[in-house]
Amino acid sequence: MVNFAGIAEPGSTKNYKTGTWRTYRPVVDFDKCIGCAKCWEYCPEGCIIELEVDGKEVYETDLDYCKGCGICSEECPVGAIEMELEEED
Amino acid sequence: MALEEEEYFESGHRACAGCGLALGARLAMKATGEDAIATCSTGCLEVVSSPYPESSWEIPWIHSLFENSAALGSGIEAGLKAQGNDHTKVVAQGGDGGTVDIGIRSLSGMLERNHDVTYVCYDNEAYMNTGIQRSGSTPYDASTTTSPPGTESYGNENRKKDALEIAAAHGISYVASASIAFPSDLVDKVKKANEINGATYVQIHTPCPTGWGYEGKETIEIARLAVETGLWVLYGKKDGEIQNINKLNDRKPVEEYLKKQKRFKHLFKKEDGSKELEKIQNIADRNAEKFSLDK
Amino acid sequence: MKRENREVMEGSHAVAHAVKNCSPDVIAAYPITPQTHIVEKLSQFVADGELKSEYLKVESEFSAMSACVGASATGTRTFTATSSQGLILMDEVLYNASGLRLPIVMVVANRAVGAPINIWNDHSDSMGVRDSGWIQLYAESNQEVLDMAIQSYKIAENDDVRLPAMVCMDGFILTHTYEPVSIPTKEEVSDFLPEFDPEHKLDPEDPKSFGTVGFPGDFMEFKYQQHEAMQNAKEVIPEVFKEYSEKMGREYNGLIEEYKTEDADVILISLGSVIGTLKDTVDDLRNEGEKVGLIKVRVFRPFPEKQLIDAIEGARAVGVLDKNISLGNKGALYSELLDSLYNSDITPLTINFIAGLGGRDIPESSAKKMYEKTKDVAERGYVEDEIKFVDLKEA
Repeated sequence: MVNFAGIAEPGSTKNYKTGTWRTYRPVVDFDKCIGCAKCWEYCPEGCIIELEVDGKEVYETDLDYCKGCGICSEECPVGAIEMELEEED
Repeated sequence: MALEEEEYFESGHRACAGCGLALGARLAMKATGEDAIATCSTGCLEVVSSPYPESSWEIPWIHSLFENSAALGSGIEAGLKAQGNDHTKVVAQGGDGGTVDIGIRSLSGMLERNHDVTYVCYDNEAYMNTGIQRSGSTPYDASTTTSPPGTESYGNENRKKDALEIAAAHGISYVASASIAFPSDLVDKVKKANEINGATYVQIHTPCPTGWGYEGKETIEIARLAVETGLWVLYGKKDGEIQNINKLNDRKPVEEYLKKQKRFKHLFKKEDGSKELEKIQNIADRNAEKFSLDK
Repeated sequence: MKRENREVMEGSHAVAHAVKNCSPDVIAAYPITPQTHIVEKLSQFVADGELKSEYLKVESEFSAMSACVGASATGTRTFTATSSQGLILMDEVLYNASGLRLPIVMVVANRAVGAPINIWNDHSDSMGVRDSGWIQLYAESNQEVLDMAIQSYKIAENDDVRLPAMVCMDGFILTHTYEPVSIPTKEEVSDFLPEFDPEHKLDPEDPKSFGTVGFPGDFMEFKYQQHEAMQNAKEVIPEVFKEYSEKMGREYNGLIEEYKTEDADVILISLGSVIGTLKDTVDDLRNEGEKVGLIKVRVFRPFPEKQLIDAIEGARAVGVLDKNISLGNKGALYSELLDSLYNSDITPLTINFIAGLGGRDIPESSAKKMYEKTKDVAERGYVEDEIKFVDLKEA
């Protein structure tokens, strides 16, 4: 059957991986990344993750959810994110 | 990070890639925080965020109908009051159609009764969820599926309804316009609205790649250009006083904004399109005058 | 039998008193004749501090019901009242309230639906929304409507039901008429009606989402659940009536009420305040030796199919009085009775009387004509003129 009145659990769309929609994949050059978080601010998916690489704060995409829109790449002030064509499975 | 790290509008939603609305909601929810209840009118936001049995919302959320988000918010606020809850915020959300057209009665009632509700209108300037039909918030000359250009038409024949002024005319203590291209400003405004005890109205300009005809990656750029050309003015109005206008150093001609979007493509192709472009430039110029936009 | 403390007051005020004693947390209302006296009285209770409710003076019936949806979803008890055009303006929200499984209680002061505009009583309004997933009860008297308002909360809030409920009272005939009534005290109501504390509600401590998109793979199941809840209500309602009868000392015995039907050859069926006239008519006819009985349909949704079939069994002809008509077809009660009869073991002759539209009086003389016509059908053994407009003026 179904839940009472269609009630859903909070944040449960995370069960659905929108990353499968993607045609282009953002690839971050950690050397260039200045950790400004613009990509994180502007991401409509909220799928940018902060991480530390070689003691430096950088940002990377959670590819489980990234739809490949390319906003992060466009808005990156230092051009650290390239959009690369996904390879066919 | 200047903004709240926590996400209250989660990944996995089904919005198009590059959706301005999804970003708008994500940012507005950052301003709202966890002690809040959100309503949502029928439309893109509701559909992409609540495909049963899933939901993108981390705070209690309810969708009822297209035109009753504000009335629903009124009832929620009253329900909380009746339970002695004086801390939980109520945020009523709607798209432009659900707000300025079909929902304007319930919006007006909520504002006039001055419920402690923040109304957030995500303005993508047409009925996107039903396939890009014209709304009262569609700008002049924009092509939509119900305002197509043709031999007798330049697209949408009416000016964009000024819902901010309509909201302000209710005498509520705060209205503000915001844009997804300016996230900190957006979050500040929604936060300010939430902090006010009484009805407030925030309208967020949320470009739509599917409906406006541009690539998803350009969403922020388009949103920024709307502001930089003076076609979407960022301001707040606190107790009737216009404040924190985003002044422009070098206001760009409207063409820069329009030419990037398929919905205005016909203006650059039609023989006498330049006359129409002039009219749109006039709209921006009038905005500039009204708000003293130019530095 | 407990001592009854009766007061004389108009029906609207009687129901307002009953609602007050149910302590609704939120009331949202918009004025429309002939419902207004109910919400005016409630406003006065709030103004005088006799009722601690959040009272929203909304800008339309559409928003009245929408605000009730919002408030009910936060887990509070809600109330509104409306009539006619107002009910129709709410129509979209009615379906929403039942789909969201919110036990909102609403009194409908039944009124005709224009055009032509008409403020007087018939059942076109509530019958027009009979598919909206609301429980519908129809009151014969002011005592019954005030009792039903209290009972409705208990029915609607029952875990096995959890559906909104509509208490229908005839506009003017009940709303504006003074009758002696006995109003249960707040203490008596509290003893009967527990506090509303639903498992699911809008709550930041347990942040669930309500009103999600139902895709084709799930939608049928949601509708099945609502239908099942209606079926459950058929069991729950008589239980609630029984408990109410025991606690308040007034008899409420079931989804329908039979009156002198036992040996009846001819049975009249209807609902609402006209039942009073029909009872008098039956009494007179019985005195004249006629074998006539009456069935009052107290609960129209869920439809008391089985109860009606059982009650009709043995009658040769049945006349159904509807104060509404589905234009191009039949009256609602009649249509639904025919539905129920088709797969039953009984085959009485049936005839539908459309009467009292737009406030046209239904005097006992008209009721007698309906009986004569139904008896005629029984004697002839066939129906000539199935849908009969009563007291229609000659061209």
